[in-house]
Amino acid sequence: MTTVQTILRWRGPDGGVRGWFGRQPRLVRWTLLAAIAAGAYALPYVGEVPVIGPQIVTEGVDWRTALFNISYFVLLALGLNVVVGFAGLLDLGYVGFFAVGAYTVALLASPNSDFKTNWPWLATVPVAIVITMISGVLLGWPTLRLRGDYLAIVTLGFAEIIRIFAENTTLLRGDRGFSGIPHPPGKHADGTPIFGVRDAGPYYWLGVSLIIVIVLAIRNLDRSRVGRSWLAIREDEDAAAIMGVRTFKYKLWAFAIGACVGGLGGVMFAGQNGFMNSASFQIQFSVLILAGVVMGGSGNIAGAILGGALISYIPDRLRGVEIAGQDAFQYRFLMFGIAIILIMIFRPQGLIPSRRRAMELKDRAKEVAPQ
Amino acid sequence: MHFDDLAHNWGPLTASGLAQGAIYALFALGYTLVYGVLRLINFAHSEVFMVGSYAALITWGFFGLDENSATPPATEVIGYVVLGVLVAAAISGITALVVELVAYRPLRRHNAPPLAFLITAIGASLVISEAVGVATHRNQRGVPPLIQPADAFTIGNTHVTNLEILIILLTLVMMVGLDRFINRTRLGRGIRAVAQSPDTAALMGVNKDRVISLVFLIGGLMAGIAAVMYLFKIGTTRYDAGFSLGIAAFTAAVLGGIGNLRGAVVGGIIIGLFENYGSALFGSNYRNVVTFVVLIVILMFRPSGILGEALGRARA
Amino acid sequence: MRQGLVRALGGAAILALVVGAAGCNSGSDNDGGGGSSGGGKNCGYKIAFMGALTGSAANLGINIEQGYELAIKQYNEKNGADCIQVAKFDTQGDPAVAPGVARQAVSDPKVIGVVGLPFSGESEAAGPILNDAKIPNISPAATNPTLSTHGWTYFHRAVATDKNQGPAAAAYIQDVLKPQKVFVADDQSAYGSGLAEAVKAKLGPMVVATDKTSADGKQTDFSAIVQKIISSGATVFFYGGYYTNAGLIRKQLTAAGWKGTMVGGDGVKDPGFAKAAGNAAAAGTVVTCPCAPASEAGGTFVADYKQTWNQDAGTYSDVAYDATNIFLKGIDEGNTTPEKMNEFLKTVEYTGVANTYKFTDTGELDPQYLKVWAFKFDASGVDQPVQQIKLTS
Repeated sequence: MTTVQTILRWRGPDGGVRGWFGRQPRLVRWTLLAAIAAGAYALPYVGEVPVIGPQIVTEGVDWRTALFNISYFVLLALGLNVVVGFAGLLDLGYVGFFAVGAYTVALLASPNSDFKTNWPWLATVPVAIVITMISGVLLGWPTLRLRGDYLAIVTLGFAEIIRIFAENTTLLRGDRGFSGIPHPPGKHADGTPIFGVRDAGPYYWLGVSLIIVIVLAIRNLDRSRVGRSWLAIREDEDAAAIMGVRTFKYKLWAFAIGACVGGLGGVMFAGQNGFMNSASFQIQFSVLILAGVVMGGSGNIAGAILGGALISYIPDRLRGVEIAGQDAFQYRFLMFGIAIILIMIFRPQGLIPSRRRAMELKDRAKEVAPQ
Repeated sequence: MHFDDLAHNWGPLTASGLAQGAIYALFALGYTLVYGVLRLINFAHSEVFMVGSYAALITWGFFGLDENSATPPATEVIGYVVLGVLVAAAISGITALVVELVAYRPLRRHNAPPLAFLITAIGASLVISEAVGVATHRNQRGVPPLIQPADAFTIGNTHVTNLEILIILLTLVMMVGLDRFINRTRLGRGIRAVAQSPDTAALMGVNKDRVISLVFLIGGLMAGIAAVMYLFKIGTTRYDAGFSLGIAAFTAAVLGGIGNLRGAVVGGIIIGLFENYGSALFGSNYRNVVTFVVLIVILMFRPSGILGEALGRARA
Repeated sequence: MRQGLVRALGGAAILALVVGAAGCNSGSDNDGGGGSSGGGKNCGYKIAFMGALTGSAANLGINIEQGYELAIKQYNEKNGADCIQVAKFDTQGDPAVAPGVARQAVSDPKVIGVVGLPFSGESEAAGPILNDAKIPNISPAATNPTLSTHGWTYFHRAVATDKNQGPAAAAYIQDVLKPQKVFVADDQSAYGSGLAEAVKAKLGPMVVATDKTSADGKQTDFSAIVQKIISSGATVFFYGGYYTNAGLIRKQLTAAGWKGTMVGGDGVKDPGFAKAAGNAAAAGTVVTCPCAPASEAGGTFVADYKQTWNQDAGTYSDVAYDATNIFLKGIDEGNTTPEKMNEFLKTVEYTGVANTYKFTDTGELDPQYLKVWAFKFDASGVDQPVQQIKLTS
């Protein structure tokens, strides 16, 4: 009976692990978080752990690259979580910002670019951040007056427009793409670059570091006046406006911040891959990131991290799995789809639901007539 | 910018754009019905359509018809077409029902937040299209030449074919029938009631689950019919055929005013036409840009679509 | 409370599903046993395939993979069932996915050669990794000329580039079809647009109008481009792209009553073209290919492929089959490390079903063996060789 009770307590919004976590002194909480972060840094070596390790690492794709992919998916999920989870704006075209970030790097740094600037990777980062923020504002300005699903289809349209221009204009080189995009700087003692082509580990560690910075920033933002305004807008935009929240301004902020984080994901991606073309910015990608955010728990940073990691990890992990002696790689998106449905059916609020949202929904449930 | 192209080809572009728009309209009805009642973007609807297109091809395959068969005599053609439409509509309808049962109903039971439905819809869409992809080796399948396109009439350089007329007429018939069904029948009243206020409708004795199933079924039937029309117009189908078409159809639904049946038809026709005009003006590769720009501009002036939201005058 | 329990159990079930799936590893790393069952002398190695096996370009990748796997199967029939192992890596045709699978492939010490990657984009992304790891690869389909300009010493390709094929296709149009007006379109892929650009450059003012379509799977309604072709008065339509779109356009052109000749590159030389268009519409379509007809080489490739995979060999199936056989020949001759294999590739001269292969220093096909043939689809949907096109440049 006690085990059952433990499981049940784990679920409750205020009981269980999370309640316990919240009641601990500040020092304990920070120590635990630091331990989790350290664990994240050590993930490339998880294969060495006996028994469990080999179950975790991917088979058909390099484990460290899979981890790097997870890191930029998590970045994207964090950014989209600001837009969808915090501000409640349904954005189906998030990949557009990812593309803007990646293309900024490519245009400024690749020898294929018409600009011929050949900047190092690091120098492009601040420019990419500024440009993606501007693109977020530009995109948000005309569209944020729309609500709900109208916004969704318009953002989807914008992402498609960005992709089509990337495919068609000579400046953005379409499917031919940009090669020779420089990697992040740094050299080992023996002169070999830290960020080489074979080992994706350093890129992953850079990604984790970036994630930690972004998480701290977003967390502080969420607890500030801005975050409270987002909450108000998400719950009832009209009421928020009446109470004096400048809804348009804060929605625009959410868009710009989301865009900026998504753009950073693109910057990381371009720096690791070394080559990029228009093939990597399909609508399906936006949809997948959204699935990650909602699966993890929309409106919750921990949830977004978990969800973003899972949407990258599950299909990669399913490579090299055998069903009845046959390599089942071609079934992996099928299985992934089933996993998405199951997760949502059994945990409709997401794997780690937002506490605030859980309470709101509980509240709302009372209003609904019994079935 | 090729204004001369557009001006010179305006007639033929309009004719084929209308036919394509009619297919979008039929397809969009499913999105709009489900949205009107559940406020849910049914992402899996594109796969309902795709399954319908395969159902028709497999049915014709039973009679030994493939892309290389000779066109059968006219009386048989009518039989095959009717049979294909019926089977496709039935299979699409059943698929839509299954999606509702497996992916949405459990969530409704759990009183899940709206976004959760969107995500299971995405999951369902992945499952269906990948399953078909694996089964068909991800190759396309050609359509038997049941209807040989022939000019029905010609105005200037505009050749309107029998097929285009068939597609447009069928859409109009379906649309009028559905409109009457929603507005005049008892079941239709139930749908409108649930769309207006699900809880009040439930208190008034409307079986909500049944109404929702009915809505999915109707949407599926329309998608099946659209799928057969698509087969005749386009000529092949593939496991991912639904996706981009679904985006266009959903755009059409939003453009016309989502939740509004007549809006879906208006939106579908506009998208069909502008895709063609845009292709002529800027090149075929920019057709979707034109579509989305039209959408954004219209939504700026009419933020809830051309005809506004409302499932048959229900929602104010 | 009961519902809470159910949900908690559900969560556990999901966890079990993921972990359970993870539990049944293929374990391909450690089952080695170095060709213990093989009868041949050099067994226990792997030749990897990388390419799109899922995603919207999967049909192209599967054609190539099946050609590759057929070659290994036939080799193993002679040399023992597990002599050379198949190692398939799915890139989804996406340059974002390619580096991860390339790193995985090169980390396996048994892999001494890679057949792939089929597309130019993913080749660009994976090329530096293969080169750094010193694993030779032979691409059976990547045609972008820039690939050989990066100084990758382990890169090879078994096809002619767009630079070679485009002018040949244009020459055929000029000399054989002799049209007044030509309409050129492409699908914006590196392959398709490269080919179309080359054709446009050679044909000059004969090209009266051009257009671009979306990539395979992104567009199915071609009524606008069909109308443009008809109203341009062109009697020849060149399409740079793959057979999925080409078949659809061909069908819709015929339905709209266009009577001209469609010409495509080797991306259209696939039974899938006739399947999409229907044999009647496909008949008369000309495709160029930097390959010789399979009948020239003799052998039973076409029949073997059909028998093994229960479908006809498609675009590049034959090239992949040849590329794999080049590696297998290298293994037969005792080149069992990647470095030795790469040395072998520098000197090998191999005649396969599609071509005779000899690589230059940059990994391109030796120009003296470059042949471009024209094929024409007949009334039964089979592409029959017409003539070899003289390369004049």
